[in-house]
Amino acid sequence: MLSIKNLQAKIGDKQILNGINLEVKPGEVHAIMGPNGSGKSTLASVLAGREEFEVTGGEVVYNGKDLLEFSPEDRAREGVFLAFQYPVEIPGVSTINFMKTAVNQIRKYRGQETLDAVSFLGLMKEKMKLVEIDQSLLNRSLNEGFSGGEKKRNEIFQMAMLEPKLSILDETDSGLDIDALKIVAGGVNKLRSSNNSTIVVTHYQRLLEYIVPDFVHVLYKGKIVKSGGKELALELEAKGYDWIKDEVAVA
Amino acid sequence: MSTAITSKSLSEIIGSFSAAEFPEATASRQQAIRILESKGLPAGKNEEYRFTPITRAVENVFTWKTQNTPTEITSIDPFLIEGLDANVLVFVNGKFSQSLSKIISPENEINVKSLREAFDKDRELVDSYFNKLVSPETDSFAALNTAFWQDGLLVHVPANTVVEKPLLLLHISDAANAQVVAHTRLLAIIEAGSKLSIVEKFDTTGEQASLHTFTEEIEIKENAALEYCKIQNDSGKAYQVINTNIRQADSSRVDTFTLTLNGQIIRNNFAITIAGEKCESHFNGLYMLTGNTLGDNHTVVDHQKPNSFSNEMYKGVLDGNSKGVFNGKIFVRPNAQKTNAFQSNRNIALSSNAAINTKPQLEIWADDVKCSHGCTIGQLDEEAMFYLQSRGIDKSTAQAMMLYAFTAETLNTISNETVKHYVDSLISERLHKNF
Repeated sequence: MLSIKNLQAKIGDKQILNGINLEVKPGEVHAIMGPNGSGKSTLASVLAGREEFEVTGGEVVYNGKDLLEFSPEDRAREGVFLAFQYPVEIPGVSTINFMKTAVNQIRKYRGQETLDAVSFLGLMKEKMKLVEIDQSLLNRSLNEGFSGGEKKRNEIFQMAMLEPKLSILDETDSGLDIDALKIVAGGVNKLRSSNNSTIVVTHYQRLLEYIVPDFVHVLYKGKIVKSGGKELALELEAKGYDWIKDEVAVA
Repeated sequence: MSTAITSKSLSEIIGSFSAAEFPEATASRQQAIRILESKGLPAGKNEEYRFTPITRAVENVFTWKTQNTPTEITSIDPFLIEGLDANVLVFVNGKFSQSLSKIISPENEINVKSLREAFDKDRELVDSYFNKLVSPETDSFAALNTAFWQDGLLVHVPANTVVEKPLLLLHISDAANAQVVAHTRLLAIIEAGSKLSIVEKFDTTGEQASLHTFTEEIEIKENAALEYCKIQNDSGKAYQVINTNIRQADSSRVDTFTLTLNGQIIRNNFAITIAGEKCESHFNGLYMLTGNTLGDNHTVVDHQKPNSFSNEMYKGVLDGNSKGVFNGKIFVRPNAQKTNAFQSNRNIALSSNAAINTKPQLEIWADDVKCSHGCTIGQLDEEAMFYLQSRGIDKSTAQAMMLYAFTAETLNTISNETVKHYVDSLISERLHKNF
């Protein structure tokens, strides 16, 4: 699905990613954890194609293709989805209209027929149920005046609509209370299958109680310094990140 | 003194005008001519017209020698707003056309007639209100208009009357055979407790240039309300200076929307005088310019009495070689305590050749007021663009979406759904909207 080799990236003069290696296979859930400023969100952004970041080395192969060659929209059309840490508010454009445009542009790219209003609404209703989101929210301007929980739920709704092969959840748990967290995680879990993969970027172990990862990686100073199973997340929760920093310092 | 116009061209202008043909308001015409003679039209050094070289254009483009040729326009269908059930008042080349106009509101709701006719039949109204809000002294184009206006409209809404159907004013310049110079007026009085909606459209047909000056005086009495929508989507050879003057009495309300899309040079001098207490003024505008269009909005909100609220919101999207000018004056007079006055002017430049000059000008003499202003010039929010693209939406659609969203809130002052839909369709067309 995804193979990252020695990925390096910077923003301005600041080098942030210093050689990331990661293999993600279909059906797997990988958690990327790490202290603040370790490069977690940068990794998510680089994979989704955010232009402020300059890739200075390494490669990212996604389903046999060079992911870094694609524009952000083509990455989405190829099946990459980024759930934003801070979803953007866009007044004047309803979520429904926005999603209809997105779905149809993606379908066009894939050589599928575009959906008419009726079949789009049908699809939407089905996905709304899945992620427990209300239509009144989707009639409103995209994310405008949404609570933190509503925004994140809207992200997962969009994910459901676009049916990505690789989903990257960037700090999806930030700003969520436990109930909202459960709903969002529930949505993600329902979308899991043996064909798609998920990368969960998070600072805390909390989210991983609900979205159980197959692998946990610790990112520090732009590198993955430790990898393990889901128990590594618990260890981090109990001990914090300092012991990892110490290990790196000793090495 | 910023006299640009030569005495020769001014005498040409004066000579082109047959005073005998327009006997109405002779004294004020002569006074305006004297002002013109002493002040001329504004030159490049004139602060109010620094960025808008319309005088040069007027001198270079227009001959003034010919009287406007008779129009061949027999149908107004291309200029109407689809589905809008309105009283339609039509001016062609500065002349009011009775035959193309159609008033559907009952007579007891509204009195509408040609201003020249009103000089005969509604003398009292004319004497009380005509030339009271406009000042030929402050704007030479208002002087030009006051001197040479060919016709206009009187609109009178009696007290406690809601005019159900809006007024649609069509100003058509038929420049098929020769260039057109037109000077028109609007005098509207909305009596206490009444409501009126005005929609104005300006269209030039044909390939020749047109110059239109339009001066509006609108009185809104106690507890009355006006909704005003101006749509400037004219030809690329249209020059226009509109002086709009609104005066509000106690507890009145005004909602305005000015859309500027096309034309060569479009200048709007728009002033709202809040001469009463507890007034509300919602003052919106949107200019979306391309090509070589210059769109200039000079606005004034003058708070003269306490306890009123005004909110001005103008937005601009500038592409191509277009140029936008915004000047927003807010006055809060010494006794206008407890005034709430807000102003914002936000601009997005899409091309490096486009330009915007924006200047807020607040003069506040009262000390217990809430005022704010802000102006921005920027590009599209990159984070939002990325958000849209990351959902599979291509860059140009994402840009159109963002711009559409950017413009949306300026339409909040339009309550008529048909008008709003029409305005929306013009914006969508400009953006090549496909979502």
